[in-house]
Amino acid sequence: MAGNVWVVAEQWKGSVSDATYEALALGRDLAEGLGARLEAVLLGQGVRALADSLGRADAVLYVDHPALAEGTGEQTSRALAALAAERSPALILVPTTNVSWDLLGLLPARLGVPLVNFCRQATASGGAVEFSSLLYGGKMAATLTAGDGTVVVAVLPGVRPAEAGKGGPPPQVEEVAVAFEAGDGVRWLEYEEPEAGDVDITQQEFLVAVGRGISNEANVEVAEELAAALGGAVCGSRPVIDQGWLPLVRQVGKSGVTVKPRLYVAAGISGAPEHVEGMKDAELIVAVNTDPGAPIFSVAHYGIVEDATDVLEALAEAVSKRKG
Amino acid sequence: MKILVLMKMVPDIVEELEVAADGRSLDQEYLRFIVNERDEYALEQALLLKDRLQATVVVVAPEAPEVDDVLFTARAKGADRLIKVVGLPAGAGARVTATALAATLPGVDGVLPADLVLSGCQSIDDLDGFVAPLLAAALGLPYLGLVSRVAVDAEGGKALLSKEYAGGVMGRFELSLPALVGIQGCEKPPRYVPVAKVRAAIAAGGIEEVAAAGGAGVAPLEIAAMAKPEAAGHAEMLEGSARDVAEKVADILAARGLL
Amino acid sequence: MPDPTTSSLFGVPGWVFLWLFALVALALFGWRAYRLVKAVSRGRAEPRWDHLPRRLWTMVANVGGQRRMFDNPGIGLAHLVIFWTFVFYAFSFAWNLLRGLFPLLPIPYADEVAWVSFPMELLTVAAIVAMAGAAVRRYFFTPPRLERSRDATLILILISVLLVTFLVGQGAKVVAEDGVASWSPIGGLIGGWLDGLSASAAADLFLAMWWLHMVTVLAFLAYLLYSKHLHLLASPFSVFAASLETGGMPPPSEGAAQLEEFTWRELYNGLACAECGRCDRACPAFASGEVLSPKDLIHEIKLAVLDAARGDGHRDLISTVGAEAIWACTTCRACMDRCPVFNEHIPLIVQMRRQLMIRGEVGTGVQDMLTGLTRYGNSFGQSPRNRAKWARDLGFEVKDARREPVDYLWFVGDYASFDPRVQEITRAVARLFHHAGLDFGILAEGEQNAGNDVRRLGEEGLFEMLRDKNLAALASAEYRAIVTTDPHTYHVLKNEYGLNGRVVHYTEVLGDLVASGRLPVSPNGGGRVTYHDPCYLGRYGGIYEPPRRLLRALGLQVAEMPRNRSSAFCCGAGGGRIWMEDAPGGAERPAESRVREAAALKGVGTMVVACPKDLVMFRDALKTTGLEGALAVRDIVELVEDAIGATQRSEA
Repeated sequence: MAGNVWVVAEQWKGSVSDATYEALALGRDLAEGLGARLEAVLLGQGVRALADSLGRADAVLYVDHPALAEGTGEQTSRALAALAAERSPALILVPTTNVSWDLLGLLPARLGVPLVNFCRQATASGGAVEFSSLLYGGKMAATLTAGDGTVVVAVLPGVRPAEAGKGGPPPQVEEVAVAFEAGDGVRWLEYEEPEAGDVDITQQEFLVAVGRGISNEANVEVAEELAAALGGAVCGSRPVIDQGWLPLVRQVGKSGVTVKPRLYVAAGISGAPEHVEGMKDAELIVAVNTDPGAPIFSVAHYGIVEDATDVLEALAEAVSKRKG
Repeated sequence: MKILVLMKMVPDIVEELEVAADGRSLDQEYLRFIVNERDEYALEQALLLKDRLQATVVVVAPEAPEVDDVLFTARAKGADRLIKVVGLPAGAGARVTATALAATLPGVDGVLPADLVLSGCQSIDDLDGFVAPLLAAALGLPYLGLVSRVAVDAEGGKALLSKEYAGGVMGRFELSLPALVGIQGCEKPPRYVPVAKVRAAIAAGGIEEVAAAGGAGVAPLEIAAMAKPEAAGHAEMLEGSARDVAEKVADILAARGLL
Repeated sequence: MPDPTTSSLFGVPGWVFLWLFALVALALFGWRAYRLVKAVSRGRAEPRWDHLPRRLWTMVANVGGQRRMFDNPGIGLAHLVIFWTFVFYAFSFAWNLLRGLFPLLPIPYADEVAWVSFPMELLTVAAIVAMAGAAVRRYFFTPPRLERSRDATLILILISVLLVTFLVGQGAKVVAEDGVASWSPIGGLIGGWLDGLSASAAADLFLAMWWLHMVTVLAFLAYLLYSKHLHLLASPFSVFAASLETGGMPPPSEGAAQLEEFTWRELYNGLACAECGRCDRACPAFASGEVLSPKDLIHEIKLAVLDAARGDGHRDLISTVGAEAIWACTTCRACMDRCPVFNEHIPLIVQMRRQLMIRGEVGTGVQDMLTGLTRYGNSFGQSPRNRAKWARDLGFEVKDARREPVDYLWFVGDYASFDPRVQEITRAVARLFHHAGLDFGILAEGEQNAGNDVRRLGEEGLFEMLRDKNLAALASAEYRAIVTTDPHTYHVLKNEYGLNGRVVHYTEVLGDLVASGRLPVSPNGGGRVTYHDPCYLGRYGGIYEPPRRLLRALGLQVAEMPRNRSSAFCCGAGGGRIWMEDAPGGAERPAESRVREAAALKGVGTMVVACPKDLVMFRDALKTTGLEGALAVRDIVELVEDAIGATQRSEA
């Protein structure tokens, strides 16, 4: 594989995401394995200062353009495609948060190159890269290589610790003028903050998370009881939010928030990657699911194969009794 | 106004997935296919827009096991036209599918140009890309993904969309029609349609079969090996009745000073 | 005695007035009857003419004998008396009217004939006592949900006028005929009070009473079809046209919201209703917060029929009844079992649910369950391959009835197969069957949800699909009888699948095994337990005694809860409610009310159940009511295992 390793730096609302640093850490390993340079690509408007934190990279390619201000995939993919067409990197690592989602979708088409999706591991040896991707809601892992030419890689959260991607002195910044057709088919209007709930789950020490396995809305109450007994709050995975059993502010995962509580009780949650990425760093994870093969059990510290609601109820009682 | 909805089938993970003897694909014996969940939301969004704008809804899906039921169910819910694209190789992957669709759809009467194309913005088997944006790029349509709310200003030729970001933040965007939107959610969950109505749709028939054109020039990614993921670790499993395990968990919590 | 209709009133012969009143009253009555019949016949067809002898006998017992009124013996007797009095009065009125309208007919008046007037006098006195009792109950000890409308009060007054005018007339006759009171004991008594009157004054009094009586009856007749006492004339026919099937599902349809979409029998419910409130008092959904009132439901039907009779209105019954009420029904049948006029509330609910299904207006809990059920054949949304997982590690093989013939094909059911709490009971049943050497097998992955609750939810298409798949699986198996632990499954297999063979409940099989000694029991200690009759085994299936016999054979004493057998109180899970959220309303849930009822029995520590849903609902209710220490909820099979003894159980 010839060419450099690129990492797309996700900047949104004035800061660089943790997922970017995770991707930088992976990029560093791959660049070393391939004997190539690691370059961070920063796209935006007036955000040059953010390049300072990307010290893990050998250099930063900075593209400044008004159309790139909000990181909208329609425009960033065109800019990045134009740049990549000029520079022919070997790999373009892109973090998979909501901000870069559309970029991931459009870039391979605009560049005419393959994408390796859901990548949770990549190793370089002998000039080639082997990827491991998670498919089917985390139930299968596929190992693959991608042939010659540029490859876009969607990097799952947690592929490396974010700390490993930070540090190093502020890198050399090359401001690049790229000619690309910005187009105006997609126009950003504004952001809407969620209604402030009474609870900010990112600040909670104890979280009781409910998923589809609690069967119906009435059982959210049971989770509330346990949360109350523990002195924490209830949160949920995406299906529960989709059903309207919990408001959007309680969602943990890709379109929700990332939490790091002292205790995370996952009740009736299967453990699909989009959810796990939001809670994998909790100090103690106890998972309850009737499916012994649920991916959540790979992330949890303790696992129970039982009806989620039953266990929540019994646990609420046991905890209340202990606390007196 | 015309709305196109792209749907596809994916492996059903309610069933236990097994690796086939070749070590790189799914074992077919008990494998079932289910419609991609996000595509159901796309269809629901299309049907809501149909009511509001008196639009017609055309549903297109590549051939796959159990896809006919999905198409007839879409008809029972209110879709006007059903098109099945046949001839795509098995395990085609997103790039091949998108390229083939981009080559095929323009040749089908009355499908393109559509004012709005809706499709789920992700699925569980998108190893080599997401079909919706790949198709948007191939057709030259503006694209926005992770959308969970769509309103259309037909006169102005615009769509007003809400896109999901982390932490419950929503981004409001405007797209010029025609456009392709990648759907993540919808203001309402997909509607129920009784079995009797689906059976009536099946009896009435009417799925148009269209041969896939093109798709050449792109190859799917070759999987070297597939296996159940060895986890970095595994939870320590606690046995017993709900009562018993609750006691054990309470003990663990107490020991860690969490109570 | 002067002849009332040939005597002159204000110079005009009486019969002129009689003809006038009669024509007016009968015209009003006839016109109204015509409009009502026309309104009801706008409903769809539904044959209710089959099994004539059985229908006639039902009428004898329930119209003639007023059987269902005797749930409260006092009021039952009172109503029976009032009813038969009324029958005699109607007979005598018709006779008198005929004679009055045609004075030239060579027949006496009815009250001139001893074998008519004598029983009438006695019945009248009994009726007065009964009416007084009924009035006291209605106005001073009003049962909840009994309508004390002005209409009902007016009727009471009219009836009292009839009774009094007759008796006073009899008394006046005695005085006018100079104290001769043959076959007129009450007349004689009242004559005694009136003996101050001269003979001609007494004759005038008699005439006055006669006319007051006739005019009142004619007025009553004209008013009848505008009042709730329409039930008087409508109810005998509603009893005749009662549903003879226990399941009582409406005929195939796309559901109903408008008048024309219901069947004529469903509409007729509105006319037959006497607004007594028995249905409301029995309804578990009503008790847990008044979300659903079966009586109001019937009332809405009546209003729709009355609107149609007036030529107005296109009521959408789904909006007037409300979707919340429609989904609140558990289909327990307590309302229909209680109703003295054999009204049918459940078909109305199911009809409206069918329509809501078609409109897609279904709650997400139910919708998710139905989608999973359609796809995987079970209400748990699990892979069908997991259905027989409970049968692993039993220590013996359970036969696959698809592959080999069996005596008993055990149709296990969803809850018994998939719910971890119930799987233990299922395994216990398997162990006992095995221990007794019973030749049994299961369909394993070939079994689908039997579809009973799906049908009650109004998803008729899905029910048919499930039924057809199950019938295909059963057709390819060889067996002598089907056994199941789930009463819902029991009911639908026995009554709604069109199967010709035997379907039995496991309590019957266990009972036989114990009685025949194949399951040897060593009764231990003889504790006191109470037994909860599952709705679909008891009210629907008529099986009350076999489980009790079994418990006694185990050496246990069976104490009865106040609401037992056909008045057992539903756990609240039926009709699809187990997949829905609790209806708002705040009052206690049916399962909680029931466990409290059991816990209140002296010396009883265990409530015995024979249904998987009962087990789940009542055990949950023990927790929410805090009664866990006071009462245990156990399946009957656990008690059988206890009695078999530990040594034999360890074999499995």
